[in-house]
Amino acid sequence: MIDPLSIFLLLLSASTPILFAALGELVAERAGILNLGVEGMMIAGALAGFAAAYATGNPFLGFLVAALAGAAISLLYTVLTQLFLANQVASGLALTLFGLGLAAMFGKPFEGVKAPPMPIGPLGINWIVWLGLAMVPAIWWFMNRTRRGLILRAVGENHDAAHALGYDVRATRAAAIAFGGAMAGVGGAFISIATVLQWTEGMTAGAGWIALAIVVFSNWTAFGVLAGAWLFGGVTVLQLRLQAAGVNVPVQLLSMAPYLATIIVLVMISARQKYSRKAGGAAPGSLGNNFHALR
Amino acid sequence: MLRRTLLASASAILMAMAVPAMAQDEPLKIGFIYVGPVGDGGWTFQHDQARLAVEAEYGDRVETTFIESVPEGADAERALTQLALAGNKLIFATSFGFMDPVMNVAAKFPDVKFEHATGYKQAENVATYDARFYEGRAVMGTIAGRMTKSNKIGYIGSFPIPEVIQGINSSFIHARKVNPEVEMKVVWAYSWFDPAKEADAASALLAEGVDVILQHTDSTAPLAKAQEAGAIGFGQASDMAAFSPNPRVSSIIDEWSPYYIKRVGQVLDGTWESGASWAGIGEGEVVIGDITDAVPAEVKAEAEALRDAIGAGEYHPFTGPLNKADGAEWLAEGETAPDSDLQSMNFFVEGITAQIPQ
Repeated sequence: MIDPLSIFLLLLSASTPILFAALGELVAERAGILNLGVEGMMIAGALAGFAAAYATGNPFLGFLVAALAGAAISLLYTVLTQLFLANQVASGLALTLFGLGLAAMFGKPFEGVKAPPMPIGPLGINWIVWLGLAMVPAIWWFMNRTRRGLILRAVGENHDAAHALGYDVRATRAAAIAFGGAMAGVGGAFISIATVLQWTEGMTAGAGWIALAIVVFSNWTAFGVLAGAWLFGGVTVLQLRLQAAGVNVPVQLLSMAPYLATIIVLVMISARQKYSRKAGGAAPGSLGNNFHALR
Repeated sequence: MLRRTLLASASAILMAMAVPAMAQDEPLKIGFIYVGPVGDGGWTFQHDQARLAVEAEYGDRVETTFIESVPEGADAERALTQLALAGNKLIFATSFGFMDPVMNVAAKFPDVKFEHATGYKQAENVATYDARFYEGRAVMGTIAGRMTKSNKIGYIGSFPIPEVIQGINSSFIHARKVNPEVEMKVVWAYSWFDPAKEADAASALLAEGVDVILQHTDSTAPLAKAQEAGAIGFGQASDMAAFSPNPRVSSIIDEWSPYYIKRVGQVLDGTWESGASWAGIGEGEVVIGDITDAVPAEVKAEAEALRDAIGAGEYHPFTGPLNKADGAEWLAEGETAPDSDLQSMNFFVEGITAQIPQ
């Protein structure tokens, strides 16, 4: 029989890239930013992190550079949406396309070379996996137990009210976007540095879009994101594991399951809007709307 | 003068100037559409290498363009039409899923010649070409059967289509031939290229106790996972030499250059005809990459002998007696598989316990 512990260990590393990206996007969305550029920021991090790890021989330095690269490319989105008040959805899509193209271009010299091996962390689990798990309570604590987290949520719920109270909506959002970019960058780098150990064009293969779905699934809560990442990662791992064990599984049905769960969660949210708001969740009121100070 | 007449006459003059210049020594324009990025390090990379080989061979007589990362389906039709309208007289469509788009566009441009990889639909101006990857898989299977200590071999399949099933059967038959204890575990990734998922698939196989991984997906992720676990694997489509000598102990390389150079030459001298090409090790279209020192010398010699026998046409990887997985007889003693059986292969051979998803 299949040992549940081994499934869980596989699940932990399989869900790490989407966990990082989704946590970053969660913070951005709680600040009212709908950034569809996750995939673009992930691939930028995957390339920059790989390049740094390859050049220095230090994978951890690679993750640091990946975070910086993700934050740097997200600046473009910040300029477009916060300075020029461009449409968030269009800017995010543009960021994805831009990131994929840019990474493909600058990635040419790094094709065919291999990253240094990752040192194994406690319990045989990669350090970055541990970091991802630690980020979940940290982000929960930041958003629900700190003053800055409260301001961030206020900006996301009602930017006019936050502005009237004297908070800097644009600065808060710029910081949230940069954080989202850094997290997506680390998530992308996990694929190139820890999973594949090579750079190939388009290697994130849609993980950024799954991260976006997870944020919706999570009902905009940090622990919800963890559950979503485990659900999406877990189903993938489970179906592959069942196949390897020779069990004939309906792959299409299993692959569909997390998306189906997302839809069910969405229906539940809309049916019980009041309840979920009390629980600290539900879509932020100003999500996707740009702020322009009239006074 | 009306603006419209001005524009019309201006363009007429321009065209009149342009035409003689082109007619002087007009290169043959050749278009390529790729399913993945050129930098995938595998399937598409090899097609692009062959494109460069065509350029190197014919120089100024040809002019090539390519469109990469074209999704299979309706978008492919747009890309093909675009290439045809741009004046390309020969178009290579390098993935199975481009089949119907190629047929549709070919019907609209009868003077453009199309070459479709791994498909089975031909027309007056549509030829198909494929490589006998299963010949290379036989060599991989031999090495796998000799190298495994746990007697469990893993295979990461992309989609359950005949080309992939041939590879699984061929490697299993030859692994078992040298090691009767061998078992084969199969995982379908349902993607040609998804590094994260391929890594997960490899992890799942390794957790089942597999210590040799064969893959029919295009990224190096399974090799990276094999390395972590101390298992071995093989380069797929491209050499993947970054992972040699261990875990990549050998590789199966798609070498399209000979075919592309031949077909372009035929278009240039006007002898091109539609048809279906299916070449293997003998024609140099399937190449076995360097077998590294991680493999004992006698195993290496055995694998190379098999490669040479297949290349010389002395041995067919599907030679009877062979039964299907359900026990029904497929090939009698000494009988070799007809191409029609291979091209529609939808069964595992006896001994593989995995099921083909329907």
